[in-house]
Amino acid sequence: MEIDFPLLSLLVVAPAVGAVLVALVPKGNDALARALGVGTTLVAAVLSIGVLVAFEGADAGFQLTERYTWIEDFGIAWNLGVDGISLFLVVLTGLLFPVAVIGVRPHHDPRAYLAWLLLLEAGCLGVFVALDLFLFFVMFEIVLVPMYFLIGGWGYGERVYAALKFFLFTMLGSAFMLVGILALAFLHQRATGVLTFDLVTIAEADGAIAQTTARWLFLAFAVAFAVKVPVFPLHTWLPDAHTEAPTAGSVILAGVMLKLGTYGFLRFGLYLFPEAATYFAPLLVTLGVIGIIYGAVVAAMQRDLKRLVAYSSVAHLGFIILGTFAFTTQGLQGGVIQMVNHGISTGALFLLVGMISERRHTREIAKLGGLQKAAPLLAGVFTVVMLSSVGLPGLNGFVGEFLILIGSFPTRRWWTVVATAGVILAALYLLWAYQRVFHGAPEGDNAAMPDMTRRELAVMAPLLAAIVFLGVYPKPVLERIEPAVDRLIAHVEERSDFTQPEVAATGRGEQP
Amino acid sequence: MGGALFLLTAAALASGRPPRGFYALFTVITAVLAMVGSALAWGRVTDPARGAYSAIGDAIMVDGFSVFFGIVITVAIALAALLADDYLRREGLDGPELYVLMLLSGTGGLVMAMANDLIVVFLGLETLSIALYVMAGFQLRRLESQESAIKYFVLGSFSSAFLLYGIALVYGATGSTNFSRIADFLADNLLAANGLLLAGFALLLVGLGFKVAAVPFHVWTPDVYQGAPTPVTAFLASASKAAGFAALLRVFLSTFDLYRLDWRPIMWVLAVLTLVVGSFLAVVQTDVKRMLAYSSISHAGFVLVGAEAASDRGLAGALFYLLAYTFMVVGSFGVATLVGRRGDADHSLPAYRGLSQRRPLLALAFTVFLLAQAGVPLTSGFLAKFYVIGAAVEAESYALALIAMISAVVSAFVYLRITVAMYMTVEEGDDAAAALPFVRVPPAAALSLGIALVFTVVVGLVPSPVVDFARDALPVLVSAGP
Repeated sequence: MEIDFPLLSLLVVAPAVGAVLVALVPKGNDALARALGVGTTLVAAVLSIGVLVAFEGADAGFQLTERYTWIEDFGIAWNLGVDGISLFLVVLTGLLFPVAVIGVRPHHDPRAYLAWLLLLEAGCLGVFVALDLFLFFVMFEIVLVPMYFLIGGWGYGERVYAALKFFLFTMLGSAFMLVGILALAFLHQRATGVLTFDLVTIAEADGAIAQTTARWLFLAFAVAFAVKVPVFPLHTWLPDAHTEAPTAGSVILAGVMLKLGTYGFLRFGLYLFPEAATYFAPLLVTLGVIGIIYGAVVAAMQRDLKRLVAYSSVAHLGFIILGTFAFTTQGLQGGVIQMVNHGISTGALFLLVGMISERRHTREIAKLGGLQKAAPLLAGVFTVVMLSSVGLPGLNGFVGEFLILIGSFPTRRWWTVVATAGVILAALYLLWAYQRVFHGAPEGDNAAMPDMTRRELAVMAPLLAAIVFLGVYPKPVLERIEPAVDRLIAHVEERSDFTQPEVAATGRGEQP
Repeated sequence: MGGALFLLTAAALASGRPPRGFYALFTVITAVLAMVGSALAWGRVTDPARGAYSAIGDAIMVDGFSVFFGIVITVAIALAALLADDYLRREGLDGPELYVLMLLSGTGGLVMAMANDLIVVFLGLETLSIALYVMAGFQLRRLESQESAIKYFVLGSFSSAFLLYGIALVYGATGSTNFSRIADFLADNLLAANGLLLAGFALLLVGLGFKVAAVPFHVWTPDVYQGAPTPVTAFLASASKAAGFAALLRVFLSTFDLYRLDWRPIMWVLAVLTLVVGSFLAVVQTDVKRMLAYSSISHAGFVLVGAEAASDRGLAGALFYLLAYTFMVVGSFGVATLVGRRGDADHSLPAYRGLSQRRPLLALAFTVFLLAQAGVPLTSGFLAKFYVIGAAVEAESYALALIAMISAVVSAFVYLRITVAMYMTVEEGDDAAAALPFVRVPPAAALSLGIALVFTVVVGLVPSPVVDFARDALPVLVSAGP
């Protein structure tokens, strides 16, 4: 569907404008800054819902596309569009930011804090809707700056170290990708005579890139995405960054920014280099499965509640990698919906952990205990969110994990078997942590811990609703993801000797 | 154009006792006039009917390339003069001398950019350098400043000798010092024994490599940058570096283009060394001026990456990089000028502690300059890196492109350290930071920083005009007459 209204541009630009406005608010007028900040995120949320409404479910291609020339000499354009894969990530981003902004108040200097957050939102949304490699790279890199300042300026403990590590790790990954992007564009020019950074043009140009070259280029991209996801063994920045970041930072980091990597694999890895992706799939699936088990085991050993949640992300993201490189409709669908699920449930977990540490000034599991008595509401919400993260049927986490496992079983049997063990481990570490934190008789300060306020409950409510809704009735979401996923798999099959097993191609039964 | 500058310099010398800030204003006006002259010349040389032309007996060339560098150098003069205005009054050194030297030195740079003859390159280089030697030692009472001047002078003279010897060898091999004639000669004749010519290349590269601070001819850079008065350092890192590159690019990419197979490997090694040494040594510095000095070495490496590509895109990328870098580096040293306070007393990292609270705008500006140098998107610095790396990739120098990007990450660590100092070291109620002296931001310096900031951000957002400018500013070889 082609509409004249530049919805996506507006979606990306609105938070950036909001960031500038917030930064311009005179010093001392924090209330105005806050109102502006909250208002902007709400506007972006409404716009992202607008994208959802305007999206045509049955169309597999890119929709709401816009294209304006940016740097003519290089064939670079401000080129935006969404498909079923990016749609829900856009919506997730649009909805998670207001939650993070409303739910958590910074300790100091709210103006700068809000301005950075809004800039971050613009960058994240930009990544998900960019259809130009250059634009994508710009957005992919620009998110580092606000996140760096958020961790470094408003974080805890070793925040400076964590912020530096985060920035440098990701930038190093991107360094490879930039060379990869440029090589891709110039090789494409050599083959076709047109210098362009347009994703679709390059991906659909068959034979422009030799097989071996494509494999190298895939690796260059994969490094950048693998750092961002993060895939074991490039994950070491994650626990530090997540733990030391301010609560809103952790929510966005886990909820949205990790998806930049998995989304990158889907949109760029698979789409641009289908043959190379199948070639390297065993490697990535193996790393994904290692991530699942490693993340779970290390999470179980953590003494810090926030660090535990951080490591659980490593495990969850391993599932998404597994689903992505299974190359089946269900695996990919599961991967996409699990990105959304993980964003919701881990975002919610970080919010809850933030609430606990605000009240108790500690996140150490050993110092907490019996919180259920003191704060039954908090405990209840925590239970639901935790179970969603564990993958209890009826809640959203189950849908994603189940689809991933069922989708990867036909093509990656033994990996799937090992990954399934990860599900059990997830139940183990989360339930064990829950037990230690919430059960038992509260002692000392734990007994006096206040329960959730109405504002906090109001912030959690939409997340809880999403958790239950996606768990019970994921069909509307899956329906919209499926055409794009099918198209991507068909794209991969055409260009490699990989064929999806018949049994896994549920949605494609009608096809011959 | 250069002549006009010269005359105005003399006028500045003659004027009596003008009011405060007159000299700086005068310098800026001169630079702006030269800029306007360049812009007019641009219209002339890009007009297809007329095109580039050579003048003064074929000794200088007015083409897009020289006009481009004319603009880079005049911009650097104007911005540095604005910084110097308050600095000199603060240090009690106010007077026309520094401005005169700056204009003189800038004239030398312009001559280098326009040169169409190796001898003219040498003339320009000497004019540029001799004025700079004095400028580096301008702060007589500071020992570091004197040291810096002596060091620069001794090593600079050496490098001039290298250059001159190189010129002699090239003359011996080709029978001319004129670029057009050398190129014609090399195109028409196949040298049976080209050892003489290659030795000439090497010596030229040493001489010019010194000027642009390429490793291993960089050893003077940190000491001189640190010791020189900070506005002079800004000038050194922008105008002087640009002029050196103007000569280097014109000599190698245009005149000796046929011999690219011979000089590209050398350039490759030079670029890698410059990138790696510059970025890694910057990490271990504790003085902000030294950090910036080493980082300016690694930036020279990036320009060399563009040069190594030996293509039109590489050349345009190098030009774009130099223009973008001029604004970034003048901005950065501008902030250092202000924070360093009287007598360039304190450029250590702790002096920047909590700057974000004491001077939020200044800290923000510095952050933008630093991030631009790190190559963060939506700044001119990113586009510059993108451009030269693109040229390297197009020329299939993948390894060089990767090394450059990785060294950019290493440099990023340096820049982040400074932002950490500005933003993340002060806890609330920290008395030590509150006791740090107030940083005064005089209007002239603020104007200079503002211009640099606006350029850095606007070009990052809307780069097309500057990209086209750099693309069209390629050097031309025109032989005058038969």
